[in-house]
Amino acid sequence: MPAAVEFRSVSRHFGPASAPIKAVDGVDLTIAEGAFFAMLGPSGSGKTTCLRLISGFESPTAGEICIFGENVSNTPPHLRNVNTVFQDYALFPHMNVRDNVAYGLMVKGMAKAQRYAKAEEMLALVHLDAYGNRKPGQLSGGQRQRVALARALVNEPKVLLLDEPLGALDLKLREAMQDELKSLQQRLGITFVFVTHDQHEALSMADSLAVFNDGKIAQIGTPAEIYAQPKTRFVADFVGSSNVLPPMLTQSLGGPAKWSSLRPETLHLDPTGALQGIVTSLRYLGSGHRIALTAQGQDIAAILPTGTPLPEPGQEIRLGFTPDALHIMDEA
Amino acid sequence: MTAILPAKSLADRLTTLFWRKPKLLLALLITPPLLWLGVIYLGSLAALLLQSFYSIDEFSGMVVREFTLKTYGELLRPQNYDIILRTLTMSAAVTIGSVILAFPIAYYAARYARGRWKAVFYLGIMLPLWSSYLVKVYAWKLILAKEGIITWAATKTHTNFLLDAALALPGIGGNSLSTSYIGMFLVFTYVWLPFMILPMQASLERVPTSMLEASQDLGATRAQTFRTVIVPLALPGIIAGSIFTFSLTMGDYIIPQIVGNSANFIGMAVYQLQGTAGNTPLAAAFAVIPIVIMLIYLSLAKRAGAFDAL
Amino acid sequence: MRSDPNAAPLSLKIAAIGGLLFLHLPILLIFLYAFTTEERTYAFPPPGVTLKWFAAAWERPDIWQALTLSLQVATAATLLALILGTLISAAMAQARFFGREQISLLIILPIALPGVITGMSLRSAFGLMDIPFSTLTIILGHATFCIVIVYNNAVARFRRLSGGVLEASADLGANAFQTFRYILLPNLGTALLAGGMLAFALSFDEVIVTTFTAGQQATLPIWMLEELIRPRQRPVTNVVAMVVFAATFFPILLAYYLTRNGSETAGAGK
Repeated sequence: MPAAVEFRSVSRHFGPASAPIKAVDGVDLTIAEGAFFAMLGPSGSGKTTCLRLISGFESPTAGEICIFGENVSNTPPHLRNVNTVFQDYALFPHMNVRDNVAYGLMVKGMAKAQRYAKAEEMLALVHLDAYGNRKPGQLSGGQRQRVALARALVNEPKVLLLDEPLGALDLKLREAMQDELKSLQQRLGITFVFVTHDQHEALSMADSLAVFNDGKIAQIGTPAEIYAQPKTRFVADFVGSSNVLPPMLTQSLGGPAKWSSLRPETLHLDPTGALQGIVTSLRYLGSGHRIALTAQGQDIAAILPTGTPLPEPGQEIRLGFTPDALHIMDEA
Repeated sequence: MTAILPAKSLADRLTTLFWRKPKLLLALLITPPLLWLGVIYLGSLAALLLQSFYSIDEFSGMVVREFTLKTYGELLRPQNYDIILRTLTMSAAVTIGSVILAFPIAYYAARYARGRWKAVFYLGIMLPLWSSYLVKVYAWKLILAKEGIITWAATKTHTNFLLDAALALPGIGGNSLSTSYIGMFLVFTYVWLPFMILPMQASLERVPTSMLEASQDLGATRAQTFRTVIVPLALPGIIAGSIFTFSLTMGDYIIPQIVGNSANFIGMAVYQLQGTAGNTPLAAAFAVIPIVIMLIYLSLAKRAGAFDAL
Repeated sequence: MRSDPNAAPLSLKIAAIGGLLFLHLPILLIFLYAFTTEERTYAFPPPGVTLKWFAAAWERPDIWQALTLSLQVATAATLLALILGTLISAAMAQARFFGREQISLLIILPIALPGVITGMSLRSAFGLMDIPFSTLTIILGHATFCIVIVYNNAVARFRRLSGGVLEASADLGANAFQTFRYILLPNLGTALLAGGMLAFALSFDEVIVTTFTAGQQATLPIWMLEELIRPRQRPVTNVVAMVVFAATFFPILLAYYLTRNGSETAGAGK
């Protein structure tokens, strides 16, 4: 079974050949069929460009892109069986919701009765069945997003692309939509590829994810792998807040002379713990407290659950951790 | 269903072509209008200005197609030089007059007009802007006529002497308002006023209220705030508007004919020279003056940031 | 950033409203003079009031000829400008390309340069191409400076159109022509209509360039110009002025209503 999406040494350069801007630089990627795949990274890291390379709105300067085994380099966007949910939803302002959703079917020549029936079906799926006659301007942000989703899904694409779909929603709505998207994908079995800069989102929704940095992929793996075993300092820093320890400090904690990462929530107060330092500040998080301390000149953060007796600023404390919490990184 | 859909129609195939070569679509879109504007309009403009380097043979009246600066030299002859000076002076005066008249309107519309009044001001400026130029000029001919409304109003309010005094002013007075420079000045200012109001309003609207409040907060009087905050920030709009008033006055040849004495302005000189007089080189030379002035003015204005207010 | 209208100093309010009145009163005067009984001067106040000039104007064949010509020219020039202006704005709305700024300067030139110069250039161009001066040359001349009007409106609307919408259409399977028909045209529609109305008004009123590009024909403004220099029945000229004013007033109003909900209300770009 071919992979849903495959990138082979794909690059996308802008500007003169002598000094190109490498938006995407030699990326290899395989997305399995039926996966919920996330592309995570800071702005400018190349993740959105990769998404647009799949949909066809960007063309690679080098390399090959295959969708279900077929090379799509010469196929324009409108002939690719791939649909996108755009960041600003891009709903057609002059059409009502039903016509918006049915648009993809209309341009393929489907009869009105048939395509309206399918549109209504899809609207019901996203819980907007009574909204067919409304115009996009009359909808809230969350509703518009669901219309965009329905509009894309009704065409039964092989791959659904989502470009920072939840960015414009407030926290409660975002969390609700995360659950909805996940269950929708599992029900439909379509491959979802979505781009986000929010690592919480990526970690909670994706089956597998790729962390982008500077046009290259820093690491690919499952959320658990990426979180617990970041390969590079960048990944450790970007995905979850982590303590990144220089080789000397790692050694003093019983590890080899290499860079390592230690997640704040794996630390606990322990009078016999290996990590020793002076508390600089405390911050209340709601779900616990964040303690900042200095150990051997390094800033360390620890998260202690509510209920733990708290140290004072200036106090010297010792923290312990389970052996596998100290993750040694291959590269810096 | 595969990942790639087949191209079913000619439209599909053309779309693919445009996607692969976006410049092709661009070229197709832009060629017809560019052909017209670039080749025909620009070409003829260039051909015309080229004529200013030719001269006219005084005996035969034919155009001598040899490069010479003699025609430009003729511009320095007193009667021609007078024309240029007269036109420039009037343009400057009209510009200043427009600024003074436009400011209250633009300021109020930008900072205080709200709701329905905003629409009133908007339409109130837009309609005169677009309404017929000739009708406006004609209206003033009526107003300025010796037997017209101004004289009537002056008689009724016993301010006739003011009118006579104004008309007696040397240089700009005349027999009646409608044949004097004062009259011309009024008409020019009136007709171009909307062109000055709009850019002024646009740049005044951009002055954040917080800046005015800050100025007052720091102790400036109203006059000081006006001088040091409002005017400099409104300057791009003023300059933008002045581009219009200056340029339009320089090239106009109808208003001096209808509301004026027989003195010549650049626009009229150009019209007469290339028409009945058949002296196209001199006409072209005259025409070059406003073009050059406007180009210099425009580049200065661009540097002063006036184009952001357009 | 607007302040409370009540906080405006009285002198400012008076000056502003006075300014507005100053802009409008002269035109009203023209309407007044259309009813006067006095034929040979512009005496104020009008000695008497009559409607006979309207009938007189109706009878005059030269007025009808001029009016018909003006309408024909305005319609044709507007259509031409609509096509060329839309093409150009579609091109300019795309990504930057070489010479883009120069082209926008070129578009604006016919209206930015004094009418005398534009008129002269076109006249010599027609002469060189051996096109006799006729209605056609008038139309071509008008179309040249009407392009920028349509262009301004179309480009402003293009800018407001979220670029994603055109991409979304392609993403959903529409080819370029379908996108044009179902998405681009409906969204551009009112802007084009507004641009067309403004172009019509401009063409109807234009006199300077027309005098250079016309042969023996007279459009309504040319007729008026001749009347102004050598007046015959003065009040009849006023009647015609009213007609010209109405012919430009209503398209402008319509254009305003068509685009006022946008950020690029029609007419602001003159």
